[in-house]
Amino acid sequence: MSRLKILALLPLAAALSGCDYVVLAPAGDIAAQQRDLVIISTVLMLLIVVPVMALTVLFAWRYRQSNTEARYEPEWDHSTKLELVIWSAPLLIIVCLGALTWMGTHLLDPYRTLGRIHAERAVDRSKTPLEVDVVALDWKWLFIYPDYGVATVNELAAPVDRPITFRITASSVMNSFYIPALAGQIYAMPGMETKLHAVVNHAGTYKGFSANYSGAGFSGMHFNFRGLDDKGFDAWIASAKSAGGSLGRAEYLQLEKPSQNEPVRRWGTVDADLYRLILNMCVETGKMCQSEMMAIDAKGGNGHQGLNNTLPLTYDKYARRGTVLGPEPTFVAGTCTPDAPQGQTTASIKAPTDFAPLLGAGLKRPSFTPLKSSSFFLGQRPKSDS
Amino acid sequence: MSPDLLKLIFGRLGLESLPLHEPIVVGTFVVVALGGAALLGGLTYFRLWGYLWREWFTTVDHKRIGIMYMILGIVMLLRGFADALMMRGQQMLAFNGSEGYLNAHHYDQVFTAHGVIMIFFVAMPLVTGLMNYVVPLQIGARDVSFPFLNNFSFWMTVGGAVLVMASLFIGEFARTGWLAYPPLSNIGYSPDVGVDYYIWALQVAGVGTTLSGINLICTIVKLRCPGMTMMKMPVFTWTSLCTNVLIVASFPVLTVVLALLSLDRYVGTNFFTNDFGGSPMMYVNLIWIWGHPEVYILVLPAFGIFSEVTSTFSGKRLFGYTSMVYATVVITILSYLVWLHHFFTMGSGASVNSFFGITTMIISIPTGAKMFNWLFTMYRGRIRYELPMMWTIAFMLTFVIGGMTGVLLAVPPADFVLHNSLFLIAHFHNVIIGGVVFGAFAGINYWFPKAFGFKLDPFWGKMSFWFWVTGFYLAFMPLYVLGLMGVTRRLRVFDDPSLQIWFVIAAIGAVFVFIGILAMLMQFAVSLLKREQLKDVTGDPWDARTLEWATSSPPPDYNFAFTPVVHDNDAWWDMKRRGYQRPLAGFKPIHMPSSTGTGIILAGFATAMGFALVWYMWWLAALSFIAMLAVGIGHTFNYHRDFDIPAEDVIRTEDARTKLLAGAK
Repeated sequence: MSRLKILALLPLAAALSGCDYVVLAPAGDIAAQQRDLVIISTVLMLLIVVPVMALTVLFAWRYRQSNTEARYEPEWDHSTKLELVIWSAPLLIIVCLGALTWMGTHLLDPYRTLGRIHAERAVDRSKTPLEVDVVALDWKWLFIYPDYGVATVNELAAPVDRPITFRITASSVMNSFYIPALAGQIYAMPGMETKLHAVVNHAGTYKGFSANYSGAGFSGMHFNFRGLDDKGFDAWIASAKSAGGSLGRAEYLQLEKPSQNEPVRRWGTVDADLYRLILNMCVETGKMCQSEMMAIDAKGGNGHQGLNNTLPLTYDKYARRGTVLGPEPTFVAGTCTPDAPQGQTTASIKAPTDFAPLLGAGLKRPSFTPLKSSSFFLGQRPKSDS
Repeated sequence: MSPDLLKLIFGRLGLESLPLHEPIVVGTFVVVALGGAALLGGLTYFRLWGYLWREWFTTVDHKRIGIMYMILGIVMLLRGFADALMMRGQQMLAFNGSEGYLNAHHYDQVFTAHGVIMIFFVAMPLVTGLMNYVVPLQIGARDVSFPFLNNFSFWMTVGGAVLVMASLFIGEFARTGWLAYPPLSNIGYSPDVGVDYYIWALQVAGVGTTLSGINLICTIVKLRCPGMTMMKMPVFTWTSLCTNVLIVASFPVLTVVLALLSLDRYVGTNFFTNDFGGSPMMYVNLIWIWGHPEVYILVLPAFGIFSEVTSTFSGKRLFGYTSMVYATVVITILSYLVWLHHFFTMGSGASVNSFFGITTMIISIPTGAKMFNWLFTMYRGRIRYELPMMWTIAFMLTFVIGGMTGVLLAVPPADFVLHNSLFLIAHFHNVIIGGVVFGAFAGINYWFPKAFGFKLDPFWGKMSFWFWVTGFYLAFMPLYVLGLMGVTRRLRVFDDPSLQIWFVIAAIGAVFVFIGILAMLMQFAVSLLKREQLKDVTGDPWDARTLEWATSSPPPDYNFAFTPVVHDNDAWWDMKRRGYQRPLAGFKPIHMPSSTGTGIILAGFATAMGFALVWYMWWLAALSFIAMLAVGIGHTFNYHRDFDIPAEDVIRTEDARTKLLAGAK
């Protein structure tokens, strides 16, 4: 290869070396096992794909019209032996891959508690895993540490080599909770709970984000996941504690409103019941929790009277849900409690009339910034003075 | 006028619904309006309206309807591809603190529209158009079973396309992604008209697709010429049959799920809401029970095209016809058992995930067998590298990569790390472009001389081919790489500058593909100008094997003066081998269906109703609905549904062909 050609390849090499193939080089054991499966499956399939591609090129070349040397058998259209091979070769590969899939899917089921920290180390059963409750909001992530009573927005930390148990839900629409360096993703869905068990093996700061489009602010819905040693983690918790502030129902309802590119926020204390209320969609006082509703329904329901156990909806996230031809929107009233007597809802919370954050309408048009020519091929960050 | 009256007349449509604040949209509108005015003016000036109405819009001839489907597909390809270029541009620019040039409101519509248009209004019309044109000819029929229904189906598809296009200039399109998952697509989070446009465009077009599916099944089952048993049908007809079975079985699911979503949005039911017992998961399941078969609806006919092309241009019988047919049928059945692989990551248990992962992998066995069948058709053949064959080779090399990454994504733990990433985007473009689009282009180049009597220009065809193929690889290989870096789809801005290079390469690839599309349009234009040079009078320019090549190019209205009798798989090849003589006398009058304007009128009202429902103009919706019923009932009193082509006309047509054939020798 001439020197010129090598020079021409340099930018490509630079681009490649600057890249972070996090899926192929993760920092957590679960993600590493998933990576292994990606590689093993690919290799297994290449066993058949490469010969097929080679044969395609070979036949395409060898049996071209101008090559009168090659045999031509226009009537040859069947060979039982060959048919056996072409059906059984893919079948064999799929049998292997299927077995691998069955085992891998069960071993790496996100709901399954971890059996090992990494390839050489089993889980220490005497230590409890770190519990984190994850809530996808519009458009930021709320993390609650029930064991420590702290909460953060857009920042997650965990000690190295300690199993983590995530319980995941969402406030409004579907998102997907994904930290490529840690483990595969799982959806965060309103009114539903998913789980993820994972462990991080190397200290460092990794990217986490939503992997399912969720509306106008989706692009900014990312956070840093910090793998810390035990000491660092304790310090991190302590700093969150000292951040002060308290995340209760009223604060949550404010936080829940759509906002974009949120900075990191921390609260020193959290309403211990908050996650359950979010999951059951009854953070607003006076609204019946889904768990109660299901319990009542499981016992046969409230009968006819249950149909009337609704109150006019004054607040539903950011807009009234009312439809053009439907009835006035309502919600199911909760059973009486001292802090929410029947018929009384959180009066202070009103539906905002501003639709803009939801619709994204009337957003500022980005000013056009042309690419600098150097950034085209080298992927360099142009120096900006602003 | 009082606001109440305005609201009664225009519903929620007002001046503020027009996207006047979006310079890009306004610019597009000006260009489209000028172009449209020029087109309409030209048609008026050259007095073409009457001709178009009589010969095209109201026709029930499956060949003309097929051609109109193709035109629709190509026109919509330009729109869908413009969206693709905008996305590539945005993602290339939005680095280093730059927001690119699109705001979220616009960008989110662009990627939704791109997906919807490319699947429903590009791939579907291209595939349906080819089936419409070719299947009746391949089975020796004079038309489809229900010619009027065919016309109606086509115009319903156009109606859906019109609604999507209208959303560009009046109001807005959905900002939900192409499958519009609730709760995002429900009224609480998408209260504006975008999702309603989505719903009604797909509902209107869906009626057309379902009816055309019924029509083609009936045609293939009932109208085959004597001697053509099921196992003597050409492979393209087989794949068409399977595709239409899939359409008829799966599109009603789409109709129902969209109807439920509309109930949620219009009357406040709670099928897919978060509370009141609603479950968004139900929507996700239902839409993919339609959505996965849809993929095979698109790709099976492409497989059929590749089979015809490989066999013709290798000058050889198709290897393993029987296993090809069984493979197609197996794929048809299995395509219903895999839908859950689209959402492994939504928390199903390990056993459910493994089941659907493994069924998905099993599909690759018949698909692999097909690949080998094409390979061994080439083996010991004499391959002529005309354009259709070039597209086929490109397909074989490209599709295996897409198939491999597809099986990889079917392994649930692998899917957990790659789901919704750009790796997934690269995968499905790899199979849809590499399979369906390449197949459609192979089909266009292959059957164009049949439809118009002259071949397509090879130079511009090759230009288009090379730009498309290299453009495809440039545009999508970087996305595989980005997927492995954990980059997710539908992002509008990026904060990691090291990713930019890959998006720049992808954008260059998109420009290559754009040049490929322009070259294809150039190919049509040049071929039209050089049609005398490229002319084919034999009706069989490729020395092909199936029945459509037995008649003239373009075929007469009645396709075949005498219904052919078939003795072998490759019927026309067999006839040629036995020294078939064209009958020159004994022609009889031929019974044919009459043209009718009812299809286009009905579809027009359906479109108006869709538009009215989008904007809550209840009076217009009611009026259009009543008008539809009235026209539909009125049509049952139309007794001029058929006529006989007089024997003299048949004799004249056939004599003209005899002369042409004699001149060619």
